[in-house]
Amino acid sequence: MSTTDIAPAGAERVSRREPSAVLRMSEAEAAAIGGDPDDPGDDELVLLNMGPSHPSTHGVLRLMLELSGETVLRSKPVIGYLHTGMEKTGEQLTYLQGGTNVTRMDYASPLFNELAFSLATERLLGIEVPARATWIRMLMCELNRVSSHLLFMATNGMDLGAVSMMIYGWREREEVLRFFEKVTGLRMNHNYIRPGGVAADLPADWRADVSELIELIEPRLDEYDTLLTGQPIWRERLQGVGIISAAEAVALGATGPILRGAGMAWDLRRDEPYLFYDQVDFDVIVGTHGDCYDRYAIRLNEIRESLRIVAQIIDAVPSGDYRTQDKKVTPPPRARIDESMEALIHHFKIFTEGFKVPAGEAYAAVESPRGELGVYLVSDGTSVPYRVHVRAPSFVNLQTLPHLMQDGLIADGVAIISSVDPIMGEVDR
Amino acid sequence: MGVSDQVADLREHGLKAIQHNFMTAKLESLVNWSRARSCWPATFGLACCAIEMMATGAAHYDLARYGMEVFRASPRQADLMIVAGRVSQKMAPVLRQIYDQMMEPKWVISMGVCASSGGMFNNYAIVQGVDQVVPVDVYAPGCPPGPETLMHAIFTLHQEILSGELLARRAASESGGAGIAVQQIDGQTATATIRRGHG
Amino acid sequence: MAERYGAPVGGDRPSRGQAVIHPSPSQWLDVAAAVRADGFDQLIDFTAVDYLTYGADRSLPEGVQPERFEVVASLMSHERRERLRMRVQVPADDPTLPTLFDLWPGSESLEREVYDMFGIAFEGHPDLSRILMPEDWPGYPLRKDYDSGRIPVQFKAASNVR
Repeated sequence: MSTTDIAPAGAERVSRREPSAVLRMSEAEAAAIGGDPDDPGDDELVLLNMGPSHPSTHGVLRLMLELSGETVLRSKPVIGYLHTGMEKTGEQLTYLQGGTNVTRMDYASPLFNELAFSLATERLLGIEVPARATWIRMLMCELNRVSSHLLFMATNGMDLGAVSMMIYGWREREEVLRFFEKVTGLRMNHNYIRPGGVAADLPADWRADVSELIELIEPRLDEYDTLLTGQPIWRERLQGVGIISAAEAVALGATGPILRGAGMAWDLRRDEPYLFYDQVDFDVIVGTHGDCYDRYAIRLNEIRESLRIVAQIIDAVPSGDYRTQDKKVTPPPRARIDESMEALIHHFKIFTEGFKVPAGEAYAAVESPRGELGVYLVSDGTSVPYRVHVRAPSFVNLQTLPHLMQDGLIADGVAIISSVDPIMGEVDR
Repeated sequence: MGVSDQVADLREHGLKAIQHNFMTAKLESLVNWSRARSCWPATFGLACCAIEMMATGAAHYDLARYGMEVFRASPRQADLMIVAGRVSQKMAPVLRQIYDQMMEPKWVISMGVCASSGGMFNNYAIVQGVDQVVPVDVYAPGCPPGPETLMHAIFTLHQEILSGELLARRAASESGGAGIAVQQIDGQTATATIRRGHG
Repeated sequence: MAERYGAPVGGDRPSRGQAVIHPSPSQWLDVAAAVRADGFDQLIDFTAVDYLTYGADRSLPEGVQPERFEVVASLMSHERRERLRMRVQVPADDPTLPTLFDLWPGSESLEREVYDMFGIAFEGHPDLSRILMPEDWPGYPLRKDYDSGRIPVQFKAASNVR
């Protein structure tokens, strides 16, 4: 299948024989077909509904599948079952409060949402973040990538019937979350990375904790290799399933492990360095076949690379401020509030009114575990953004699903959905 | 000894003839006991809370200790619906349908502030409280409630089922649900990372 | 850099150092095709802004007539590691644009989202239908004249709270 097949020029809406992987049919039309009495002389195509409450659709993804026997011909992801109106709510919250809103989007990697939002805000403000804060952000994000990919390992295993993997993935993830809870106070939805820096400094003994984490998780990854990577059943279920080429992935807007799995070495951390990623040493993991197995292997090895980065960060974090000392953005320290009325007023104003951000627009992108996570902000000069738009990687990546599933077995569909790793909170926002 | 001999013994000697231990109970208590001890949840994860719900079922918190590890994909086999996450306007009819498909008796836990009240998403897209759609028995607060809070909610539910209190509360409430709110009790375990040798 | 596509180039101030061009709606498809031919192989992001109540100066380059809606497309050239943003003004009385589907098939869901949230129609789109909201939903939620739907909070059990 070449990229031109994806775009049948001037295709009429809903011809049932449209040569595309995407089933472009509305629910009403599907329901009308579903209402027809069965005709034994029919062409035996079946329209099957999968979801939105289905154990292997990762939350509330719903699929309309056109089946011939057990082969998927065309399919359509039906989304919006978790639409939260976050972009509308974002227009009512100040820049300081905005983090609480976006962090609930991709709930497997909340810190990345906060980071992208903060970077966009800082780009509008034109402020620099202290080096320590930037390193802390990197540390937390890489650990979050580890926990997010561990979550993928667990659910991917469960979807394919490797239930023990489910238990192992959660077991390791829990250790990372313990560290998060220690630093941010919460297991998830932290609102830790904020415009201007981070909410709190790292605890005194963080180096020991992080070293323990690395020592704990690294050998466990080798256990996963034993359990899954070389195992014939696992390979049989994943290899050659859900293939996509690099050209198709680019055309469909896919980023992250899907793009890298197709053989394209593209990682914003390396290709468009933000934070201090140009100062650490890591490899961009790339696949060759673009199948489910490559996407699995990429994520597994990205955990290793993230731990490698984390190990370098342990030595690199300098002392200094954990948030900018720009009085406009940062409230005065707690101790000052007790002695100075001005400090108290200033503190109060920052948390009630927020800080004003110069008018303009800015886009900031980070490499989240699922691909390019971008935040587009429009400011009208007040303390509340005029428009918050989030470029959610899962949302765009989901477009590849019909192409991955086409001409495959329906049982492979589960493996494919799992390997795309969509987080529905991010898809629907 | 055959059954007919046992019956003959019983006729002759009364209860003394029974050679095993036995207990008596009210039928209602027995029913409540069995309902509380095999409470199978339906998989109804929606958003962030679903991740914490899965964490509760996983190795660390191990919901299997309370006979609840089997999350049933089919609502017909489930007793308990844990509404884990925000319910959108588009999802609400689906939620109701799944609830209707569950067999009686059925219980509902509203997990997290989004399910309970709409949470921070007070806007056009989110149903402001799942109790508008289904009757709720226990509300678990938190955003998201950690595994400890969810387990607290589940124990509360078990206890109320066991004592029969739940059905009494239901009968007394307008919404049809027991409407018990529990406290958030997260952070009970030490936040330090587990040292090697423990885990 | 961006002059070569025949569309006004945005100033540096509003875009924070990022390259922005401002084609007119009639130029939209031609400029997009030129951009695509120039190596911008991926449509990264596609969204819209409703400037109905925008109070500040929008800092559009000269010759660009401000309209109520603005559609924003972010493009990526992997080869040159470059980004480009296209902003087009869409009038409120005729909110239509030609689709970018034939140039970047990945625009399909993104254009559907803009249609769903802003009511901007894309001519030639293969399946222009609501994507996030239910199919029979009235109105376009992200328009500024669409109410956020906030309802006052009732503290039901307030009398028992001590």
